[in-house]
Amino acid sequence: MDLRPRLTLAMIIYIARRLTQGVVVLLAVSLICFIIFRYAGDPVVTLAGRYATLQEREMVRKAFGLDRPFYIQYTRFIANAAQGNFGKSFVSRVPAFGLIIERFPATVELATSAIFISFVLGVGLGVLVSLKPYALRNRFIMAGSLFNISMPTFLTGILLIMVFAVYLKVLPPFGRGETVTIGFWRTGFLTWSGITHLILPAFTLGMYQLAVLLRLTRAGMREVLTEEYIKTAWAKGLPPMKVIFKHALRNALIPVVTMTGLQFGELIAFSIITETIFQWPGMGNLLLTSIYESDQPVIVTYIMLAALIILSLNIIVDILYAYLNPKIRYD
Amino acid sequence: MTKRFFKSEILHNFFHDPSALVGSFLLVVSILAAIFAPLIAPQNPYDLEKVSLEHFLKPPIWMEGGEGPFLLGTDDQGRGILSTILYGCRTSMTVGFGVVLIAGTFGVTMGLLAGYYGGLLDSLTMRLADTFFSFSTTLMAILMLGLFKERGVLVVIIAICIADWVRYARTMRGSVLEVKEEVYIMAAKATGSGDFRLLLRHLLPNAIPPIFVVIAVDLAVVIMLEATLSFLGVGVPLTEPSLGMMISIGKDYVYAGMWWLVVFPGAALVLLVVGINLFADWLREELNPKIQR
Repeated sequence: MDLRPRLTLAMIIYIARRLTQGVVVLLAVSLICFIIFRYAGDPVVTLAGRYATLQEREMVRKAFGLDRPFYIQYTRFIANAAQGNFGKSFVSRVPAFGLIIERFPATVELATSAIFISFVLGVGLGVLVSLKPYALRNRFIMAGSLFNISMPTFLTGILLIMVFAVYLKVLPPFGRGETVTIGFWRTGFLTWSGITHLILPAFTLGMYQLAVLLRLTRAGMREVLTEEYIKTAWAKGLPPMKVIFKHALRNALIPVVTMTGLQFGELIAFSIITETIFQWPGMGNLLLTSIYESDQPVIVTYIMLAALIILSLNIIVDILYAYLNPKIRYD
Repeated sequence: MTKRFFKSEILHNFFHDPSALVGSFLLVVSILAAIFAPLIAPQNPYDLEKVSLEHFLKPPIWMEGGEGPFLLGTDDQGRGILSTILYGCRTSMTVGFGVVLIAGTFGVTMGLLAGYYGGLLDSLTMRLADTFFSFSTTLMAILMLGLFKERGVLVVIIAICIADWVRYARTMRGSVLEVKEEVYIMAAKATGSGDFRLLLRHLLPNAIPPIFVVIAVDLAVVIMLEATLSFLGVGVPLTEPSLGMMISIGKDYVYAGMWWLVVFPGAALVLLVVGINLFADWLREELNPKIQR
C-alpha cells in the first residue's frame, strides 16, 4: 500500500472546512470586540473630549458614522479591520495597528528564543530520562520538573532577576538593550547588549512549558522504544545516536510538536507576563499598559491580531497533521 | 461502606506513598491556614486600625531591625508578611475551589451531554472546546479582565471559568464515550431506563473518576493563575489580600535587597502548588488501571 502523503479530494474538502471554521471564529471574536468597543463607554465622549458641547458631540457622531444602524457600523468595522485599520489609540493618538506592529519584532524574537530553549532543554532531558527511567539522576530531573510545573512564570522571572541581576550583577534586569534596524525589523540579536538583555526573559518564558515538553517526550520515547522497529534497529547494530535520535525521537516528537502548535495561546499569554516583568518593549507589554490606561482601540487590535495568529497556526498544524498521517479520518 | 473504605486498597496505598502524604499534608495545612487565618494571624493586615505605617518595610524578626509580632517582616504599608500570606491563602483557596466548582460543574455537564447524545451537540461543543483550548485559559482571563473594569474575587473566578471548563468537558466526554459501550449501560437501556436516569444514575458515577485528577491538576493551575492575574494588576482589587499582589509589591524592593517581600509569599505559593501537584500525581497513578502496583 502506498502511504505517501497525497492531496486527495477528501483532504481538500477538509482544508476548506477548517478554513471556513477559522473565519467563523474570527468573525465571532470581531463581533465581541466590536460590541465591547462600541458599548463599553460612549466612544463619542472619548473622541470629542469630555468638555465638548452637545452640538460638537452630534457632529462627531455623524462624522464617525456612530448614528448609523448597528449592522452598518459592524460591516464598516470589519471592512476597516481587514485593511488593518482599527482606529487611533486614545492615549497616543496614532493608529493602534502601527503601534502594535512596531513592537511585533521584539515579541517574536523573545518568543522564538524561548521556544528554542524549551525545546532543546525539554526534549533533551526527556530523551535522557526515557533511556534510564529509574536512574537516580533521572529521578532528580523528574522531581525538578514537578517543581518547574509548580512555579508560576512571574515568580521564576523575579527570582532570576534577584539572582543574576541584583546579587551576581552579571545580567541586565530589564529592557531590550541596543538594537539594530534592518528594513522595518528592529533586532536585538546582532548586538552584545541585545543578547545579554535577551537571556533572562527568554529563559523565563521558556520555563513555562519545559516540564510539559519533558513529560510528553519521556512518555512518547518510552512507548516508541518498545516498538519492534527499534529492536530491529538495535539488532542491526546501528550506532545508538542514530537509533535514539533518527528512529525513535522522530516518532516520539509528533505529539510534542502538535501540543506546542495547538497551545499557542499559552505562549502569547506567558509572553505578556514575561514582557511585563522585564519591561520588554513587545506587544504584551503594550497590551498591559493599554489595559491600565483603558486604551480600547489598542486592546481590540491586540485581541484581533492574537486571534488571527492563533487560528492560522491551529489550522496549519491540523492540516499538516492530517497531511502527514495517512491514518487520520477527516471529520 | 465506611468499613470497606478504611480497609480498601486505595487508602493503604495512600499511606504507603511518601509523595501522596507530603502533598496532602501541605494541602491540609494550607486549607487550615486559609480557614483559620483570622485566629492564627498575628495581626489583621486589612484592618486599617491595626496597621500603621511606622512599621513599614521591617525585615524578618531574626535579622537586625526586625521586631515582633512581625515574624517575617512587613511590607511598604506596614502589613505583616506572615499575616498577609495567611489571608492571601484564603483568596487563593476561594478562587481555586470556586473555579473548580463552577467550571467543573459546567464542563462535566457539557461533556456528559456531548458524549451521550453525540451528533451536532457533540461536534459543536468540541469545536468550541478546541477553540477555547487554543486561546488558553490564561490568555482569555487576562483579556476578559483587561476589557472589563470591574474588580473582585467573583469577577476573577468568572474570567478564569470562561475557558477553564474545557478541561472538564474534554475529559468527561472521553470517559463517557468509553463507559457508554459497557454492558450494564445497554442493560439499563433495555430495561427501559429513561435518558435522565441513565445519565445521572449510570453514566455520571461510572464516568467521573478521571475528573478527580482533572480537579486536582486544575486547582494547582487556577491558584497559580489567580496569583499571576493579581501580580499583573488585573486580578483581585488592592483591598483584597493576594499572594500574587504581595509579590508584585515586593518586586520593586528587590533592587534594594529586601528579598523577604518576594521570597516568603513566593515560597508559600510554590509549597501550596507543589502540595496539590504531588497529590494529583499520586491520584493519577492510583486511578490509572494500566499501572500495576
